Amino acid sequence: MLGTYFTFPELLIWIPFITGLIAIFIKNNKSVKIFALLSSIATLIVSIISLCYTDVAHHPDFFYYNNVSYVWMPYIGSSFSVGLDGMGFLLTFLTAFSYPLIFAATYKTEHKNPNAFFGLMLFAQAGIMGVFVATDALLFYFFWELALVPLYFLCSKWGEEKRIKATFKFFVYTFLGSLLMLVGIIYVYVHTPSLSPDSAHSFSLNAFYNTLLSPGQQDWLFWLFFIAFAVKIPIFPLHTWQPDVYEQSNYPSVMVLSGVMVKMGVFGMIRWLLPIFPAAVIKYQHLVIVFCIIGLLYASCIALYQNDLKRFVAWSSIAHLGLMAAAIFSANNIGLQGVMLEMLNHGINILALWIIVDIIEKKTGVRKITELSGLASKAPGLAIFLVIIAFANIALPLSNSFVSEFLMLNGLFDLNIWFGVFGTLGIVVSAFYMLSMVQKTFFGKANALVEQAKKMSTRQGIVLFVLVIAILFLGIYPEPVIHLTQATVTNVLSRIPLK
Amino acid sequence: MNAIILSAIWGVVMMLGGVFFKKSTTPKYWAIAGIVIILAANLLEFFGHPFFNIDTKGMLHFDAFGLVFNSVAFICTLLLFLLNGKDFEKIGMHVSEYFCLIFFVLCGVSILSSFNTLLLLFLGIEILSIPLYILTGSDKRNLKGNEASLKYFLMGAFSTGLLLMGIALVYGGNSLGSFYIDAINLGTGTLPLLIAVGLVLLLVAMSFKVSAAPFHFWAPDVYDGAPSVITSFMMTIAKVAAFVAFFKLFATSFGKMHYQWQTLIVVITAATLLIGNVTAVFQVSVKRMLAYSSISHAGFMMLTLFALNNTAKEGLLLYSAAYCIATIGIFAVIIKMTDYSIEGFNGLGKKQPLLALASVIFFLSLTGIPLTAGFTAKFYVLMAAVKEGHQLWLVIFAVICAAISAIYYFRVIQAIYFKEPVPEVNDNIEVSSSFKWMLAITAGLIILLGILPGLVIDWLYY
Repeated sequence: MLGTYFTFPELLIWIPFITGLIAIFIKNNKSVKIFALLSSIATLIVSIISLCYTDVAHHPDFFYYNNVSYVWMPYIGSSFSVGLDGMGFLLTFLTAFSYPLIFAATYKTEHKNPNAFFGLMLFAQAGIMGVFVATDALLFYFFWELALVPLYFLCSKWGEEKRIKATFKFFVYTFLGSLLMLVGIIYVYVHTPSLSPDSAHSFSLNAFYNTLLSPGQQDWLFWLFFIAFAVKIPIFPLHTWQPDVYEQSNYPSVMVLSGVMVKMGVFGMIRWLLPIFPAAVIKYQHLVIVFCIIGLLYASCIALYQNDLKRFVAWSSIAHLGLMAAAIFSANNIGLQGVMLEMLNHGINILALWIIVDIIEKKTGVRKITELSGLASKAPGLAIFLVIIAFANIALPLSNSFVSEFLMLNGLFDLNIWFGVFGTLGIVVSAFYMLSMVQKTFFGKANALVEQAKKMSTRQGIVLFVLVIAILFLGIYPEPVIHLTQATVTNVLSRIPLK
Repeated sequence: MNAIILSAIWGVVMMLGGVFFKKSTTPKYWAIAGIVIILAANLLEFFGHPFFNIDTKGMLHFDAFGLVFNSVAFICTLLLFLLNGKDFEKIGMHVSEYFCLIFFVLCGVSILSSFNTLLLLFLGIEILSIPLYILTGSDKRNLKGNEASLKYFLMGAFSTGLLLMGIALVYGGNSLGSFYIDAINLGTGTLPLLIAVGLVLLLVAMSFKVSAAPFHFWAPDVYDGAPSVITSFMMTIAKVAAFVAFFKLFATSFGKMHYQWQTLIVVITAATLLIGNVTAVFQVSVKRMLAYSSISHAGFMMLTLFALNNTAKEGLLLYSAAYCIATIGIFAVIIKMTDYSIEGFNGLGKKQPLLALASVIFFLSLTGIPLTAGFTAKFYVLMAAVKEGHQLWLVIFAVICAAISAIYYFRVIQAIYFKEPVPEVNDNIEVSSSFKWMLAITAGLIILLGILPGLVIDWLYY
């Protein structure tokens, strides 16, 4: 059945989509929450099963479990083709893993119109899965926009007071970037070799990889694609939408945005930017890394002065992603391996951090750092989790991000020692802001506000426990992830000429 | 040929029937019957069964493009009648005459999709425009309508004069002394002066008709002043018919010397996109915003004239379908409301969920979000422009303007779903369940064309 009637990438898209459609029609608030949670667990189970079939090298028929192509628009050479490779497995697993944790952690939050809320969350998951599995450029673009639209509605309808304006800015920014990428896609398409007799060009990934583009063409095409991905990640100076949106949105949407959606930008760079425009990558490497590192240091410094916890996490996320983007453009094996690992690790770490901020806000009612103090005395369990998660964000050894940031910095060092130096400086500053936030909010004397704090529920404790176990496990034994994505890294780098 | 003759006959039937129809609700059923008959006849002709065998001496040429476009136009008119049939009765007393004039306009549309000589181009444009002048002013007691009608008539007559001058110069200037557009097919040599001037005049006249900048100044006032049902018809079907004529004329007659006049088109396209999009951002009335946005869509369709290749033809057809269906749908919702401002849309999501969802789908299509017909249409047009190869900055400029269009379309979506309703505004929107079904079908069509554009385009290669 598997491989002939349905394949893993299709299941990963259709399960969230169809359950999302069903969720819209469920009127009972409690049922819709349970339904969404069950749907996300179903997707997680499919994703875990798919991880058992990753070894295509030794089992050639696994290819058919993981790749499928349907006729869609034959006369222009676009087909509905989806496929999973190492990086795809990793990121679909991250998405599938995040969603049940998000739903479980925010279970008690009451949303108005929960049927629409959970329906849109599941549509967003379907769209994001689609981005990670699409092997046809037009389909990739389709899912890229389709992941954006539900999140636009989610962030605009449920959140803080100024959310509408912030999300509008986010949408127009991202939309403009995506449209520029569309022009780039069409231009590359017009220069692709033909893969089928029906159409003169083709949108498939292989055709795009085999297109010969002159360095002059690659120059401006690189920037078109780059802008789209850079707005998504975001990379300085296209980051101005992010802190406002993260601050004003509701917690589940923010967790999806920062945990999973930003990885779409990183994924896009590795899958659709590096292999197709290798000459331009080599040419603009240093410029891009300079921007990323400026973003890293700038965001780290601003995170030092943030008072609002949500904005704090937003700026810290920009900092981490700045380092990730810089490491992509180091374009060497170690750097890219670090990026792969960091995608998974950052997803886990930032999700854990957001859950803690959510718990703090629900318990005390505030999220200003200056108004909080001494939470550790009231919530020792939460303090333990936060300390471990904070250390994970700082990349202390034994935590998952130590391995990934070490690899990324190694990659940057290989390229240019100064990039490595400033990248490490960023980590030092991250220790500063992270530990100072922990100290200010958790340690010290408990103030009046904290005295009345409610207890953290067991459910949230279990979610955090799972995340902490993941952090420690990946910190000690990241080898499965590295093994999974090694082939992808090798493939991507094989297309970039060594200097 | 079926469509031309049958629509003219049915127009006369509606006109004379006005004497005999007792109730004011009857004309719309006759109109719907008529459009179904004309659509069926057109489809029969497409599949090889023309009813009439008149020797037009090559002045009319019925190819796949023309017949498929006719079908698209008739289906959109059918949607208009089904959605807004009742609202025609609200314009004034002479309901069957309004329908009669619309059928005459459709006759003009059919001529414009199949003309092969400049004389029939002129005839088609006039048959298209003159009933529209009358329809614009059909609400006689509305001052804005009177102003719109007079403005449209004067500017339209002026532009037709330019069209005639252009035709005369091209006729006089070409070496064969012929009106036939495929005979005027000039080579790539230097342009004789008479032809150059004639070409520019034709370009200007046709740009007037499609409301391309800088000849667009009539459009917002006319579209705003006319009754909303008529606006919804004019803005969509009349405009895309004029575009098809524009494309046909320039592709056939002047296609080979494309690069001599491409710069003019580039300037017009850029100006149209810029003016249409930027001005729409500042509108407070949704109807006027849609009028300016129709100018920006005209700018996108001008990109097909810039490209002038096969993909451009497909793109023009798909864009016509997507734009017409989405605009007719959104106007159907607007017509039901009493307050046309953006605040009037506040809270529509709570008051009328189905109308709100349908409106959102139409606005998403007009913006160009994937999964809607608007995206596939914009995609084909952009593909055509990129395939053209030159002046790629125009393509990038077009997408920047498309991103700007998201600003004003999404403002209405925000009002619909994220703002609280203003009390006593648009509180008593009465919609029948048949209207809701039709609206749902229209929205479904948008999504269907968004996933499978081949449904329209593949018929070109039947």
